[in-house]
Amino acid sequence: MAVSIERVSKTYGTRTGEIFAVDDVSLTIKDGEFVALLGPSGCGKSTLMLMMAGLVARSVGRIAIGSTTVTRPYTDLGIVFQEANLLDWRTVLKNLMLQIEIRGLPPAQYEARARELLKMVGLDGYEQKYPFELSGGMQQRVSICRALVHEPPLLLMDEPFGALDALTRDQLNMDLQDLWMDKPKTVIFVTHSISEAVFLSDRIIVMTPRPGKIAADIKVDLPRPRTMAMRETPEFGAYTKQIRAMFEDWGVLRTERTPAQKLGAVA
Amino acid sequence: MTAEAVSVPAQPVRRKFTLPNWAYPTIAVILLVVIWDVSIRIFDVKAFILPTPQQVGYALWRDWNQLGPGMLYTIYEILAGFAIAVVVGISLAIAIVSSHIMEKTVYPILVGSQVIPKVAIAPLFVMWFGFGITPKILVAFLIAFFPMVISTAIGLRSVEIPKLYLARSMGASTLQVFFKIRLPHALPSIFAGLKLAITAAVIGAIVGEFIGADQGIGRVLLIANGNLKTDTLFAGIVLLSITGVVLFLIVEVLERVAVRWHVSQRVKYDTAH
Repeated sequence: MAVSIERVSKTYGTRTGEIFAVDDVSLTIKDGEFVALLGPSGCGKSTLMLMMAGLVARSVGRIAIGSTTVTRPYTDLGIVFQEANLLDWRTVLKNLMLQIEIRGLPPAQYEARARELLKMVGLDGYEQKYPFELSGGMQQRVSICRALVHEPPLLLMDEPFGALDALTRDQLNMDLQDLWMDKPKTVIFVTHSISEAVFLSDRIIVMTPRPGKIAADIKVDLPRPRTMAMRETPEFGAYTKQIRAMFEDWGVLRTERTPAQKLGAVA
Repeated sequence: MTAEAVSVPAQPVRRKFTLPNWAYPTIAVILLVVIWDVSIRIFDVKAFILPTPQQVGYALWRDWNQLGPGMLYTIYEILAGFAIAVVVGISLAIAIVSSHIMEKTVYPILVGSQVIPKVAIAPLFVMWFGFGITPKILVAFLIAFFPMVISTAIGLRSVEIPKLYLARSMGASTLQVFFKIRLPHALPSIFAGLKLAITAAVIGAIVGEFIGADQGIGRVLLIANGNLKTDTLFAGIVLLSITGVVLFLIVEVLERVAVRWHVSQRVKYDTAH
């Protein structure tokens, strides 16, 4: 599903005054593209994503998904947030089926799809477990499956792996790539991790600190399927270096820090 | 690491001595009754000041034809007051949560009204509704209803915003959001309210009966008090306590069935090593 964003701005009114969150963003995302929205914390990238979903009203501009102008919550999509947001009182399978129940889709057919998805992320055998019996990484996998079970043409992800430990994060990056290659769809992936963005995306939209503007539009030309080992190649390094240089220019990343700190994700 | 075999001395596994949960309060109550009995014998306390447990037990049997029906009548008042408190309390909480105008209007009045002692209003109810059952149910309702509203409102309002975003992106209607997300999310809070409300309703019914009643356990207690029949008084209090505990336990059993998934009910998973 193609997404077009035309001259969109967003200003929040808060008690302490107005916050200028997103500044005149224009962007066209092609059908089937995996796009990362990358920027420092508080740059308005999450707000931009919520505006695409029609969950937050934009102040100025136009957003269209396919041929529909977004004016209220757009439903032909799946969303994953930083927290898994599973319903504690439903089993894993029933959490996936919430999506089907609310949309009024035929349960029998989609239950098979739900089980298949759980299997793909290594959660077969966990269908009847409750969320509290799962680790954080498992919960987030369930949340991704829930966003995919109705087979939407568009997937929005808001820092989905931000709360996970590094190893789990790597694993989920791999899982997400598999899921995406299995059923290609448009993905908009909000993150503040440079290497995660390079690893996953076809294209990286780098945003400036608040108010968020588009600073760069980088096409990532690395072959798929990508592997963890590719992160050590010079080609991969060239992308991360280029983006890190921008972050350093803005003072988001200080150069006098130890090299070890620079290797990690930008906080 | 070298492959050196380190022999760790086997630690003696100390089995913690545990009893089933019900045993602890039971043993404590038995101990208290024994202390009660023994101290009366040692200090030679007069029966009209403090009767022995045996005398209380005997009074329970002797005066059962007053105590039994009285208790039954009071249970009816308690349950009626509680039921109205639950219905009105939950409805009002839904109204408060779904409308800003309702919240701003009702909430402060509700909190303010709690400052008025119910005991001070109860005589008014007797003037308006007589000595029948109505004023008792009303007092029980008035006391039980406040914790019900507050707990339910807190539960309904504490749903995380991303969960509501998710529901809306699925195209959920307001009713679907309420029944599939808000209400189940609020259940643990609602049960906390129910537990407070059922104990409050017991107090309310007795307060109502003390102001003026022609039936009920409160009336039996007042008459026993007037006649210095301390053993009957104690028998009534025992009966009332048992009723209160049983009603509370019923709510707790319902809670265990309804919200098995909640943190408060999960203790057994964590400690079952």
